[in-house]
Amino acid sequence: MDFEYAPAPESRSVVDIRPSYGLFVDGEFTDGHGEPFKTLNPADEEPLAEIACADAVDVDRAVAAARRAYERVWGPMPGRERAKYLYRIARIIQERSRELAVLESIDNGKPIRESRDVDVPLVAAHFFYYAGWADKLGHAGFGADPRPLGVAGQVIPWNFPLLMLAWKIAPALATGNTVVLKPAETTPLTALLFAEICQQAELPAGVVNIVTGAGETGRLLVGHDGIDKVAFTGSTEVGKEIARAVAGTRKRLTLELGGKAANIVFDDAPLDQAVEGVVNAIFFNQGHVCCAGSRLLVQESVADELLGRLKRRMATLRVGDPLDKNTDVGAINSAEQLAKIRELADSGESEGAERWAPPCDLPQRGFWFAPTVFTGVAQSHRIAREEIFGPVLSVLTFRTPDEAIEKANNTPYGLSAGVWTEKGSRILWAAERLRAGVVWANTFNKFDPASPFGGYKESGFGREGGRHGLEAYLDV
Amino acid sequence: MRGFLQGLPGVDQVGADERAARLGARSIKTTAKASAIDLAISMVDLTTLEGADTAGKVRALCAKAVRPDPAQPDAPKVGAVCVYPDLVGVAVDALRGSGIGVASVATAFPAGRAPLEAKLADTRAAVADGASEIDMVIDRGAFLSGDLRKVYEEIVLTKEACGDAHLKVILETGELRTYDNVRRASWLAMRAGADFIKTSTGKVSPAATLPVTMIMLEAVRDFRDATGRTVGVKPAGGIRTTKDAIKYLVVVNEVAGPDWLTPEYFRLGASSLLNDLLMQRRKLATGVYSGPDHFTLD
Repeated sequence: MDFEYAPAPESRSVVDIRPSYGLFVDGEFTDGHGEPFKTLNPADEEPLAEIACADAVDVDRAVAAARRAYERVWGPMPGRERAKYLYRIARIIQERSRELAVLESIDNGKPIRESRDVDVPLVAAHFFYYAGWADKLGHAGFGADPRPLGVAGQVIPWNFPLLMLAWKIAPALATGNTVVLKPAETTPLTALLFAEICQQAELPAGVVNIVTGAGETGRLLVGHDGIDKVAFTGSTEVGKEIARAVAGTRKRLTLELGGKAANIVFDDAPLDQAVEGVVNAIFFNQGHVCCAGSRLLVQESVADELLGRLKRRMATLRVGDPLDKNTDVGAINSAEQLAKIRELADSGESEGAERWAPPCDLPQRGFWFAPTVFTGVAQSHRIAREEIFGPVLSVLTFRTPDEAIEKANNTPYGLSAGVWTEKGSRILWAAERLRAGVVWANTFNKFDPASPFGGYKESGFGREGGRHGLEAYLDV
Repeated sequence: MRGFLQGLPGVDQVGADERAARLGARSIKTTAKASAIDLAISMVDLTTLEGADTAGKVRALCAKAVRPDPAQPDAPKVGAVCVYPDLVGVAVDALRGSGIGVASVATAFPAGRAPLEAKLADTRAAVADGASEIDMVIDRGAFLSGDLRKVYEEIVLTKEACGDAHLKVILETGELRTYDNVRRASWLAMRAGADFIKTSTGKVSPAATLPVTMIMLEAVRDFRDATGRTVGVKPAGGIRTTKDAIKYLVVVNEVAGPDWLTPEYFRLGASSLLNDLLMQRRKLATGVYSGPDHFTLD
């Protein structure tokens, strides 16, 4: 019998999207002086709202507000008082979690299952975690009374809009810094809802400022003389540009950039769970994940068996309406990103790899890309080297453990890696040799606020999360 | 045999639990829920396995099996009625002409601690009285001590004793404990000739769980790939609500595939589950919940 799941859409009535949004500066929503832009629902290309764009004057004003708040209120405030605000923000996030999850799925295109079960709970957990540190900084290993840096300029990507905001803002505020944050131009809505939450929590004006806009606004922010620290998550290309811009200034810099992670499956791996892990590694969030396991390295002796199981599993992935509770893979975030994924996938075919995707009905409107796997991929193919940032998996094989490590490390990136084996000693052996910031063993894409996250090589530097994440915002 | 079973890919417990939990979070509503409920009813092995069972009790249960909800005659009948061997004759008489089979537990259920000859006699007696399905228990002691040959041979001999009756092999996964053991015991039973593999007797806690059933469904799927023969799966014990039953059907659908979504290859061993299914069924049809007294207790 065919068991068809009826549509199970999460209600949109819980969110109230305004026709237009301003900038959040000094505790107030204000107009921007740049040309406003629209943010779309990537699932149907409908415009959601008009968003103000911050120009140089606006960024100036936001940085000045952050400076004032840093000098007069937030910097001098005892850690235990700062903690209260952070706890309050965390609790409001939990209370409004459904609203945040629905809004995130509408603006980003990710399935509600992920925004509801992964993104928003992690956002709240991050604020809770760093709230706990605010009055214990003297015990973090950075001296008896480590000082904040001042004003942080933060630029975040569109793949986990609210979660990346939390990764940036929670440690900055806990350590006594104030922030000016620029969300991505395709996904500003949850950051603006977060601004409302800051008002609701009665966070002192100027501690958090949100300036919306595209690349130019980001350039103005990171190039501004008034900031002491730049934190960026996004593409390696922009990261390099930022590194050049802040070179020779007093600004501290942390970068969390691209990745091309290897997921290594040894012949003694728990195969069904490995298949599940491979699926979570590359199709989670439509593959819009910097640490996505976009290269599957599988031992030749089990390659056919694993691929057979993987294809069968991929055929059960449900692609479609992000707000449907049964959707596994949602919409690609933008037309631009979709074009990039298509271009790279086409290059895979023309370079000789074999392309496969399960039959799936993609909606007519919106930006969609079916989960795709390439077999017969060689290290020299572009799809094995360049970050695709989409639901596209490249499969390579290896013969010996040494070869696996060599191939895994043979990339300019080094953000994450996965190891699948039932043998504990092999996990430790591999983890020692993999040049990646995170190594997952028999799992993938697991995040926890207590665990530091960051890259080797061109995947960036600095760590976010955990005790290590404090260092980036302290004068040590 | 031992080499083969130990060469099966391992099961990572954390990953398996996660996968089962995620499948359990599927949202099955409206039309999907209605068809799932009817399918689940048709898969129920309506069971009574108590020391206090009597002919009267069994006859009442059989009446319920044929017409589960007198107020809704379109409700499907159940998959089978499951009783102890000495009551098989009563059930067979009560179900004559209904098309519903009688399943009997056998082989010194539930512990299986009896001489082989007694177990086989138990089986033959049930078949002779008309049981169309035999639910045997494996020798868990032998399995855990590594005497796989003994377990295998008992299944082979019981299968012979069954004749035409279908053989369901109860692994009692609550005593095997590890998922690796569940996978190995599943393959052992299938290779020995099982028509169905069943999680539990219902007398040991934990009985059926979603991840254990998922691992058994992976095993029957892989077994069919390897041999072409389709083996059924029956979780039994602890499945009490419609919500639970639907979770199992989702796992069947997405792990083994739609081929298993039939009473021929998937059963739910349960007793109180049926009334909850009927209650939800009536709620979908009428829009209101009827109280528990509107459903028969048998």
